[in-house]
Amino acid sequence: MTLPSMASARLPAEGASRRNLALLAALFGALVIAPWVVNDYLITVLILILYLAYTGQAWNIMMGFAGQLSLGHALYAGLGAYIAAVLFKQFGIAPWLGFLAALPVAAAAGAIIGFLAFRFGVAGVYFAILTIAFAEFARIGFDHLSVVNASAGLFLPVTQHGYNDLWNLRGGPTMFYYVILAATMLAFILCRGLLNSRIGYFWLAIREDEQAARAAGIDTFRYKMYAVMISAAVTSFAGVFYAFYYNNLFPEQVFSISRSIEMILGPIIGGVGTLFGPILGAFVLTGLAETLNSAMVAFGVDLPGAKQVLYGICLLLVVMALPSGIWPWLSRRLGLTDGSR
Amino acid sequence: MPFDVYLNVAVAGILTGLVYGLMALGLSVIFGVVRVVNFAHGEMMSIAMYLAVVLFSGFHLDPLIMLVPIAAVMFVFGYALQAGVINPFITRPEHSQFLLLVALAIIIVNVLLIIFGPDARTIQTSYAYDSFQIGRLIVDASKLYAGGAAILFAVLLFAFFRYTLVGKAVRACADNYTGALVVGLNVNRLYALTFGIGAACVGAAGVMMTLIVDVTPIIGPTYTLLAFVIVITGGLGSMLGALVGGILIGLTEAFAGLLFTPSAKSMFAFGILVLVLLFRPQGILGKRTA
Repeated sequence: MTLPSMASARLPAEGASRRNLALLAALFGALVIAPWVVNDYLITVLILILYLAYTGQAWNIMMGFAGQLSLGHALYAGLGAYIAAVLFKQFGIAPWLGFLAALPVAAAAGAIIGFLAFRFGVAGVYFAILTIAFAEFARIGFDHLSVVNASAGLFLPVTQHGYNDLWNLRGGPTMFYYVILAATMLAFILCRGLLNSRIGYFWLAIREDEQAARAAGIDTFRYKMYAVMISAAVTSFAGVFYAFYYNNLFPEQVFSISRSIEMILGPIIGGVGTLFGPILGAFVLTGLAETLNSAMVAFGVDLPGAKQVLYGICLLLVVMALPSGIWPWLSRRLGLTDGSR
Repeated sequence: MPFDVYLNVAVAGILTGLVYGLMALGLSVIFGVVRVVNFAHGEMMSIAMYLAVVLFSGFHLDPLIMLVPIAAVMFVFGYALQAGVINPFITRPEHSQFLLLVALAIIIVNVLLIIFGPDARTIQTSYAYDSFQIGRLIVDASKLYAGGAAILFAVLLFAFFRYTLVGKAVRACADNYTGALVVGLNVNRLYALTFGIGAACVGAAGVMMTLIVDVTPIIGPTYTLLAFVIVITGGLGSMLGALVGGILIGLTEAFAGLLFTPSAKSMFAFGILVLVLLFRPQGILGKRTA
């Protein structure tokens, strides 16, 4: 698949690059001091935004960089969530160590899907549907798996500490906020590093024209595998976070296709293949949803579904007006970059 | 278990599978010609199901009688959707099309939720509990009518594409977009027509589904996924493949429900999908394209 609007991976001009960095510093600076400024409700909204920014960034590695459309990323998050949760609940193993266990499993799941698809020439829409199939497979499988309490759901013990236990991820919203903020920043740095590295250029070449990339001597199979595995591994941490933040896991929710869709709406709206796109998309979409919520309350509309209809209409309008996403358009407007990053 | 049980389950599976097949046929026709994956396919089916429910509960119109009128309404809906909203997207990347159709799906589900509420609706026809006995085989009347109507609808569609001039023009668009433009076909109109036909298929399937299952606003995604599984199993773009895939998945679900647990039945459908994608990616009856 080609993304014509992003065909040029030109390096941004010196001034634009500096402005870009300044914007980044301002954004993260504001996010770091946010808990002192905003109320508890907004913190939970920000956690959701950063969670989606993080997962969007992870998904973007596969789709935005390497051009492989995955519609089943809930699988990797779900594996991370369940592995860390079971290890914690059964053996008291801390979630950070649980993440170390979940990471290779998620990467292996990605590798299996990637291997099967890329070896057998499953590409494009077929590949996307294969990823859905594996996520659905996991959903129904976990629904019947007694180790994880099947469809009855897995619950993490909630202990009322007066303090935040960062090692065991037990604590209040502010702690979770900083955890996901740090994760989002690290994911951004990782993606930026990847994009500017040899592997990143290979990915872009594969995304733009796989046959040409192969002709140029790139081992496309291997680099597509790297993309799936890195994306899956990064996504698995989101699952660990999800498990310990929400304290309950149901296969029906964790592996649901709507989880996968949620993860990818942000980067598509924000701008596929860009570094700011997933973050911007998460802010725009979650902000939109919350604004619609408050508007419904303010106007006294108590109609289930009305909010989602408006949300759907907004999605429709954005995708019709800005086919490459908001960030490429916005950054051109602001004179930040050529919009390719 | 006695042989009878297997036979009965197999017949029920095939009849349900025919309705699935007709639903998937709609998806296959749309993808084969317009090259857009209709991620709102199941949601479009639920519109038709609600139309059938409303006409039945409000005016006592039997779903089998309303099959053609509802399919016609869905045709107009599909035509307008393609002409008005989807057409600019046919040259855009897949993820962009995906987002558009997901947005449409969200709108459809929630409009249905606003109008009809979250409760399951059902149609109690006079023949809901009737059955035919042929030897030791007992066939559910509703399923037999539904399966029969699905075959009839599919045959008409095959005839349309094979023997009518418009049908041939649509196939020409699918075969060669540029060539179709060169010979002066109005491709945009033919695309809209195709989307309309796809919508009519899934609409007709939806009407018949009301004889078999209850309808709620949120059943859409399940059937969208099911349609994908069937179409890929049978071969995307192959009309006969969609029907064969539908029967295969219908049978699989029926036997998985009998031999294991009904809640795990779609796992077997997805299992078949994975096997097909790996060993015959073009599907059972699909043609290999580069």
